[in-house]
Formats: sequence, structure tokens, C-alpha cells
Amino acid sequence: MEIYLYQGLIGLTYSMYLWLLAAGLSIAFGVLGILNFSHGALFMLGAYLAFTFYGVLGLNFWLAVLLSALSVAVLGAVLERFFLRQIYNLDLPFQLLLTFGFVLVFDDLVKMAWGGMFMIPPMPPFLSGSVPIFGRPFPMYNLFILFVGVAVAVGIWLLFDKTWWGRKVRAAAWNREMGGMLGLNVPGLYMVVFMLAAGLAALGGALSIPMRPVTPGLGTAMIIQAFIVAVIGGLGNLRGAFVGAIVVGMLTVYSTMLFPLFELFLPYVVMAAVLLLRPQGLLGGR
Amino acid sequence: MGLPRLLVRVSLALLIIALVFAPLWAGNFGVYLIMQVMLLSIFALGFNLLLGYTGLLSFGQAGFFAVGAYAAALILLEVPSLLLGIAGGVLAAGLAAVILGYLSVRLTEIYFTMLTLSFGMMIFSIVTRWRAVTGGDDGLTGIPRAPLELPFISVDLSALPNYYYFVLLVTLLAIWLMHRIVNSPFGLTLQAVRDSGVRAGFVGLPIRRYRLWSFVIAGLYAGLAGALLAPLERTITPIYSHWIYSSEPVLASLIGGIYVFAGPIVGSVLFIGIKEVVVRSTEYWMLVMGVIVIALVLGFRGGVLGRFQGQQKGD
Repeated sequence: MEIYLYQGLIGLTYSMYLWLLAAGLSIAFGVLGILNFSHGALFMLGAYLAFTFYGVLGLNFWLAVLLSALSVAVLGAVLERFFLRQIYNLDLPFQLLLTFGFVLVFDDLVKMAWGGMFMIPPMPPFLSGSVPIFGRPFPMYNLFILFVGVAVAVGIWLLFDKTWWGRKVRAAAWNREMGGMLGLNVPGLYMVVFMLAAGLAALGGALSIPMRPVTPGLGTAMIIQAFIVAVIGGLGNLRGAFVGAIVVGMLTVYSTMLFPLFELFLPYVVMAAVLLLRPQGLLGGR
Repeated sequence: MGLPRLLVRVSLALLIIALVFAPLWAGNFGVYLIMQVMLLSIFALGFNLLLGYTGLLSFGQAGFFAVGAYAAALILLEVPSLLLGIAGGVLAAGLAAVILGYLSVRLTEIYFTMLTLSFGMMIFSIVTRWRAVTGGDDGLTGIPRAPLELPFISVDLSALPNYYYFVLLVTLLAIWLMHRIVNSPFGLTLQAVRDSGVRAGFVGLPIRRYRLWSFVIAGLYAGLAGALLAPLERTITPIYSHWIYSSEPVLASLIGGIYVFAGPIVGSVLFIGIKEVVVRSTEYWMLVMGVIVIALVLGFRGGVLGRFQGQQKGD
């Protein structure tokens, strides 16, 4: 029995990565209306940058994570200002294709800059080690990720629901034109929202480096996970993304343990079932 | 229409003559490349019936491509008859498209795209994990280019140029058939459904049934391209079922122009051509392709042919 509980905690850790990843995707879709195919690539860029700052240049771990999130947020501003802003009124296929173009570009740029090797930097010393939980050693780093995931969830919730800025964003997302007429700087809000989304993806990527190898294929692997999570929770629904992340994290851990043959298959089944039975997602309202 | 009919016909005739004599002027590698273009053209033509004519963006077409390829390979590994293998592959893909299409056409827009993506990846999961049948990550190898069994004669296709003629014939037939389809009342109805599903519904059209037919035809074409690929490459692996592979017909159609019949074909020529040229000077061909895609979306949404014919839909 304890092994199931223990695995549940491992699954929750994975869920928190998925949450950090899917949160930005959901924010961008919910506010800007753009499903960003390159969101996984931004996660990957965050991982590579953090690896460089922390693993190569030897900066302080916190500083490295912060710097990589900020750099990718700035990149997000550039993407929004010069590219996304031109396609808000286009049909969906063209929006998806533009961001798919980013995926191709970033994948190759990353190969150019960092090469194709696998890299795992050392665990930051103050987060290494483990604590006994359910009779087994649970890595400190996993506890740290659980904490970050919940903190980010609370932070985003406060930001969007309790601040004046959050209200302005919700107004602009609800009705872009009306918001503009009431004097909101809608383009500016959109840019900052997309910076936030990109920065969150990079934060997830940066925090993943001591846990998983950084490779050029990371972006394409992660974007599918992000799509599954966002769809299950309801596209554009932030709370849904949190729930979706937990569903997928748990599903992955327990199916790997109980039916390893179907571990790859099951998340897609859940995704398809949600789309067919509740396209608005588990937490979406109509 | 932009181009005079006669000019189009003469250039088409010249093109077909050039293709018939390709083994004489193109060399083995050239012939191989032309076959790549033809397979991608079939794949993309089917895909674009869904996107350009029906308004549905599928990101799971590689799933049907792989069903066609694996079914054809499994048959050919047992029974050395090319027609049986190809027909089996196409049928299997069609069957998969009927089942998954029946579910998929209930949704539209982004939800349709996400659902096809998940169906495609389900097929990828099966192909990767069902080792006993599909060979898992290693795929299937040693697929024979079996002879073409006709009523009184058996044609040997093991040499590349021989197989080339078979693929050329099938491709021309597939293109001709698609041309008939899109210009039929059925094809025109699809465009009505694309432009306004609500209105098309109000005049009494069974929209879902039209979308399903379009989906199934797209699946059959993907399956045909996959089935033809198996004896060409003689090895197939799960990458052909991955969503990244689904993006190839998307890119080819977009580059050529999704609102022109020949768009996916021209796009396939350019896609394979650009890749081939870029790969010679740098390994970073995806970067070049990405820049092209971004430029196309921002500036030339009608694709190469759309610009040519002065058709710019989707603005």
C-alpha cells in the first residue's frame, strides 16, 4: 500500500512540471486566443539557458533559474510584438502554423548553440539528499518542486483574480474591443500576458534540469504533454490546467507501475474522451 | 482563372513526358527523390481535401499513413503480391478513418485538431508498443518489392525504375481522381460546408456526413501514400506515425497554397526540393523551413500558387 502512496507523491511532482508547462499555454490561449505550438520549445529554451547559467557558467542556482525565465519572457515579448500581433484575426490553421514555424526555428537554433548532446547538471547542494516518507527516501528536490508548483498556482490565482492588473487582463480577454474603448492598453496587456506565459514555460524547463536530460527533442515531447493537460482541464482554463496536470501526472505514474504497456497510450485516450464528452474540459463551464 | 487553359495543358503534357523519361535523365537518386515528391503529393492532396476544401485542420494524418504502411508491409511480408499489399494498406487506413472520423467530425476548429492529434498519437503508441506485430521501435524490415500480378503476366518491380513506373501510374490516377472529386457536386458542397457550416446546414445538407466522407478520403490517400512507401523504403519505423510527420502534408499544402487544387503538389515539390538543397549546405534545414513557414503565414497565406492566381482567402 505504501508504495502506491509513495508513487503518488512522485506522480504529483511530475504533475507540478506539467502544471508549470500547461499554465502558460492556458494563459496564452485564454487571453490571446492563440494555441502556441512553440510553448514546449520555450520550456526547452528555459532548460538550456538554465543549464548554461548554472551548469556551465556556475552562477547561483536561483539566479540561473530567474535569469532563464526572464530571458525567455523577453523573447516572448519579441514574439508577441512582431509576430503574434499580426495574426490575432487569422483563422486557426494559420495561427497554429505560425507557432509551428517557431518550433522548427527554435529546435535548430538550440542544436546550433548547444549541439545535440544529453546534459544533466549536478543537483544544487542545498536541494540534494532526501527525506523518508512512507518508509522510502523521497528526494528533497521533489519536495521543492511540489512547493514551487503550489506557490505558482497561488501566485497566478492572486494575480488574475485579486489584482487590478488581473481585472484589466480579464476584461481585455473577455472583449478586446470594449476593453480598448474603455481605455485599456490592450496590446500592452497582451504583450505582458504572453511574457508571463513564456516565462512560466521557461521556469518549468529551468527547474527540470537536475531531473531530466536536456535534449533538442525536449520541446516536441513537452508540447504534446502540455496539450493533453490543457485539453483535459479545458483549453484556456487555468484551474483546469492544474487539475489536468494532476490527472496526467497520476495516470502516468500509476500506469507505468501497473500496465507499462499502455503508459504511452492512456493519456491520449483520456484526452480524446474529454474532447468527445466534454470538449470544454473537466472544469470548463458552458 | 489566372492561366490560359491551353498553356496549362501543354505544360502538364510536357511534365508527364519528362516524368515518364525520368529514369533516363534523373539517375537513381533523382528517381528516388521524385518518388518522395509523389508520395508526399498523394498524402498532402488527401490532407488538403480536409483543410482547404472542408476547413478542418487535422494533425493526425500520419496515423493513417502509418496504418497504410504497416498493413501493406505485414501483407507483403506474408504474400508477395504488390497489388494485394497496397490494396490491403489502403483498406486498413480507410477502415481506421471511418472509425476515427466518425468520432472526429463531431468537433470542429481547435477541438477537431486536438482530437485528430490524440488519435494520431494513439496509433503511434500502438505502433511503438505492440512489438509482436509492428516490431516496436525497430519497425519492420526486409519488406519486398513484390511483383505486380496481373491476369496474364507478372511484372517484376524489384528494380527501382520499375517500381517508379508503378508509383507514377498510381500517383497520376490518384491526382486525376482527386481532381474529379473536388470538382464534383460533392466537392462543391464541401466548400459550402467550409465557408459556412451553419448556412449549409440550414439548406438541408447533412454536414457531418460530408465532413466524414472528406475525412475518409483523406485517410485513404494517406494510407495509399504509406502503402506505397513500404516497398520503396523496405523498412518502416514508428516515426511515420508521429505527429511531427503529420506536419509534412500541412507544410507542403501551406507552401503550395491550400485554396488551389495543385497547391499541395507544388508544395510537395518545393518542400522536398528545399530540404534537399538546404541539407547539402547545412544540417539546419528545419530552421530554413521554419523561416519559410513564418514568412508564408505573415505575408503569403495563399501560398505560391495562391499568389500566382490572385486568390487570397483566409485574410
